[in-house]
Amino acid sequence: MKTVKSAAPSTDNRWRIVDAAMRRLGFQPHALIETLHVTQETFGFLDEDALRYIAATLGVPLSQVYGVATFYRAFTLKPKGAHHTCVVCTGTACHLKGLPEILAALEAELGLSPGGSTPDGKAALMTARCLASCGLAPAAVFDGKMVGNLTSATALKRIRQWVEHES
Amino acid sequence: MNPGVRVKTFKIDGLDVAGREDQTVLDVATEHGIPIPTMCHLEGLTSVGACRLCLVEVVGRSRLLPACVTPVEEGMAVVTNSERLQNYRRMLLEMLFVEGNHICAVCVSNGHCELQGLAQTLGVTHVHFPYHYPDRPVDASHSRFVVDHDRCVMCTRCVRVCNEVEGAHTWDVMGNGANVRVVTDLNEAWGRSETCTGCGKCVHVCPTGALFEKGHSVAEMLKKRQFLPYLTAMRRRQ
Repeated sequence: MKTVKSAAPSTDNRWRIVDAAMRRLGFQPHALIETLHVTQETFGFLDEDALRYIAATLGVPLSQVYGVATFYRAFTLKPKGAHHTCVVCTGTACHLKGLPEILAALEAELGLSPGGSTPDGKAALMTARCLASCGLAPAAVFDGKMVGNLTSATALKRIRQWVEHES
Repeated sequence: MNPGVRVKTFKIDGLDVAGREDQTVLDVATEHGIPIPTMCHLEGLTSVGACRLCLVEVVGRSRLLPACVTPVEEGMAVVTNSERLQNYRRMLLEMLFVEGNHICAVCVSNGHCELQGLAQTLGVTHVHFPYHYPDRPVDASHSRFVVDHDRCVMCTRCVRVCNEVEGAHTWDVMGNGANVRVVTDLNEAWGRSETCTGCGKCVHVCPTGALFEKGHSVAEMLKKRQFLPYLTAMRRRQ
């Protein structure tokens, strides 16, 4: 059993979900795909920090992690060029509390659909299975910051701010 | 010979041959001077059967088998050079040519390129498929080496030599389908790689001009291959 472990990329509590998955599989290199799945579901996408952390913790070469993450369609890397990311939770609670309306509004007002980005490419929208914050449903993560009790209006406002304030 | 290893007798192109059970069809054919074209295969690296140029017929089997990863079997009858195989091999090479951007006239490996050499040996005089002209990058960020993805044929020799011989595993393959590419680390600039030792093994096993040393002009890049059998032999002695 591995005892020395690299530190999580941030203090974000969601890393504990990823850590738990890796621990459950004994930090074995062959836990790579499962760990990527859990990370993807937890964060909505895989960014460089996540890939580096997983590679270091499981003892898998960086290039191999990148190869696996880009081979399977199930994994999404942070879109190139997107300065901002919004990850909406598609868990049961968020779905029941009005997520479909929010997604419809983003699509209608900004042309933003899950897996896509705004026409100028500045903001990308992604989905995660559950952000483990069901009490805040519907919830989304705007550039790493969790926002609960989301409405169409607040979601639109935040993304419009990104699009309009970046020159 | 180790008494625990069994010997299999079979035929290659009608010739009676014998090989150890841990040998491949390609190994035994090579020992007997029977030429089978190869590209991704390199003595000293694990064979992966990626390029399919060594496909052979085995009498009684409908599928063609890659000789480099097909173990010898008692009584098998292998055909290495039928018209059907020659056609397939030319077709494979043509597909490699249209899939990348192989412009021999301006290539550092012109005259020393395995892709070019195979095309000449196997008689590829025309290309019957439309060229793709893919948009592929060139990375010259490394202080001594360059990777030109236009010339890469995805043989994965660089990936294997880096992992199996150097032990760095800086290279791997990303993506799938037509979008596959060799990458260093997290698809970062090679020159910024933290794992690359700069040993240059990948450059010297590359069959084409995809990996080359800086400072070479057209046709000037000569690859040194003798280090690989040497390293393998020296390590076995330890």
